[in-house]
Amino acid sequence: MTPSGLAARVRSALVDAGKAALVAFGLFILMVGLRTDVAPAGELFLRTRWAEVGMLCALVFGLRLATALWVRPRLSEGNTQRSAALLSQAGLMFGPALLAVALILPFVPGIGRYELDLGILVLTYIMLGWGLNIVVGLAGLLDLGYVAFYAVGAYSYALLAQFFGLSFWICLPLAGILAAFWGVLLGFPVLRLRGDYLAIVTLAFGEIIRIVLLNWVELTGGPNGISGIPRPTFFGLPFSMGGGPGSFAHFFGIEPSPSHRVIFLYYLILGLALLTNWVAVRIRRQPIGRAWEALREDEVACRALGIDITNTKLTAFALGAMFAGFAGAFFATRQAFISPESFTFIESAIILAIVVLGGLGSQVGIAVAAIVMIGGFELFRDLDEYRMLVFGGAMVAIMVLRPRGLVGSRAPSVVLGGRKRIDASLVGEGRG
Amino acid sequence: MAYALQQLINGISLGMIYGLIAVGYTMVYGIIGMINFAHGDIFMVGAFISLIAILMLISGGMMEGPAAILLVLVISMAFTALYGWTVERVAYRPLRGSFRLAPLISAIGMSIVLQNFVQVSQGARVKPLEPQITGGVELMREGNFVVQLSYMQILIIVSTLAVLAIFTWLVTQTALGRAMRACEQDRKMAALLGINTDRTISLAFVIGAALASVAGTLYLLRYGIADFFMGFIVGVKAFTAAVLGGIGSLPGAVLGGLLIGLIETFWSAYFSVQYKDVAAFGILVLALVFLPTGLLGRQEVEKV
Repeated sequence: MTPSGLAARVRSALVDAGKAALVAFGLFILMVGLRTDVAPAGELFLRTRWAEVGMLCALVFGLRLATALWVRPRLSEGNTQRSAALLSQAGLMFGPALLAVALILPFVPGIGRYELDLGILVLTYIMLGWGLNIVVGLAGLLDLGYVAFYAVGAYSYALLAQFFGLSFWICLPLAGILAAFWGVLLGFPVLRLRGDYLAIVTLAFGEIIRIVLLNWVELTGGPNGISGIPRPTFFGLPFSMGGGPGSFAHFFGIEPSPSHRVIFLYYLILGLALLTNWVAVRIRRQPIGRAWEALREDEVACRALGIDITNTKLTAFALGAMFAGFAGAFFATRQAFISPESFTFIESAIILAIVVLGGLGSQVGIAVAAIVMIGGFELFRDLDEYRMLVFGGAMVAIMVLRPRGLVGSRAPSVVLGGRKRIDASLVGEGRG
Repeated sequence: MAYALQQLINGISLGMIYGLIAVGYTMVYGIIGMINFAHGDIFMVGAFISLIAILMLISGGMMEGPAAILLVLVISMAFTALYGWTVERVAYRPLRGSFRLAPLISAIGMSIVLQNFVQVSQGARVKPLEPQITGGVELMREGNFVVQLSYMQILIIVSTLAVLAIFTWLVTQTALGRAMRACEQDRKMAALLGINTDRTISLAFVIGAALASVAGTLYLLRYGIADFFMGFIVGVKAFTAAVLGGIGSLPGAVLGGLLIGLIETFWSAYFSVQYKDVAAFGILVLALVFLPTGLLGRQEVEKV
């Protein structure tokens, strides 16, 4: 590069960064520079923080300058295609490796209670992601209220255990069935809707469920939630700390330890998640799975070919909801306490983000996205209130940099001749 | 009767606020076909900026009369418009032409960013603002019940109508409005005919944010509270209004807003306050099942 070319680039980068800093000044001068505080007497007053505004503007200037001078030239050098191909190659081995790690995780030295709890959380989101993937990734129905079915599952178990004394193992299928029933119930009125209309109705449905849970105090305890939900037993053997006769530790003749239950819960959710994955992968090759994918690609063509749109959509909703119901029952038994606060829209948004960031339709991609998002969220625990800010920013950044998700290609369900992977940009978008 | 009349007044003034926000949703949806999920949070930012402006004026001893209100509105519109512009530039423009779910996820991320930015910069506590505009006109008296049209409600109705009149003039009479309508019909063709579509889309966001900030200011003055989470539920209801009125239709957005406001107010007045949101969403579901394109929406023609 000639010196004059370099000088021109630096100059334009400086101007660009200056403009960005000016915009940042406009954004932050009031919102950061003047903070509204509530005085002890109850009235509001303003506190000035000009130094922070200056720092933020300098930060924006520096970041913008850095991206213009260093990051962008590298991005445009154009090896993104090759790296994407490499990534999907590695993905074929990555899935089994990930599964192996997940299977032995509780016995890896250095993995304590905290790490296992985090593992349980991540696996719950992986399971929810795989469940939602059936609805969004396969059938192409954009669902923004998925957390409602999660809530139905959780409350089903909590209420059945509380009022009828049923055990977890009886409630688990019941919670799934009830959630699936609600899935069909929601599915019926929205059969005719497409795309964003469907999205907003599912969102509204999720909110309706949450508001009802919040206000039906006699049944659900309202905002106080339900506590004292029975913990799961090892096929009838409780994990009691006393280690008395009939308990898990006594039966197997081992020292009672609180980690038994955590390890059991870990394998329970791992099993449930793998079940979700297995069903989703198998059903993709069944006629109904192919009908879902056909529906996602072109609803009109489906109708012309005699596919029953009603059944196809309703089974997608029901199956997706059923897995959310399982996950909900698991959540209730793990927490032993549930309240409507756990089932807000943000949960639906996180699950949908996991599915989209993973690359719609890719099972391994969703698992990686859940690990990155939920694990990363835990990693930034020390940031306290900045954590959600970073989380939202990361969502925007990942979308801008990799709009097709982490795994941008997938294997077609039906192929003529040899197997090959196709780029995700060739796959239908799911207009619902 | 008098009670119903009072509810009618309350419902209309609330519905106008929803209508102002709904216009922003419907305008962006009409042009680039995406749900701008962060729009409700832009409304919240508008409320906060006007809160700061009001507090500045109070500490300067100038918070009196219509001129002060007008000044607050102008400050809030200008700064909130900058937020609208930035959101589009950072989160949506790089994704133009990408697949349909990408901007939606990006918008949800932006909504989280805005909420938490305000939580960090302004604190998580609810900010109570003392009523700035009090009093009203007595319309009718029935026994002990007085039907009152408060000055605040007059302000809401007058300023909403004024803002919407300016907006309608902008869309129907100016070159910018023509460009916006052209982009809405066919973005590629508009670009071929020499319209700077990126600039037009930016301006749609700026105008939408300015309208949302007016709604934010009015909401703050009417209800006297602001907090970082207020944008979500109001945003969802405004989007509901836009869908109900027929998304893409500007008069439809205002009509939908009025309907949602009226339904919500009458439901709270005669049935239960707790379930008022359920009523609004329930109506949305019913409306979409029977009128899938909304009240004033265009029938979508599907080309095969």
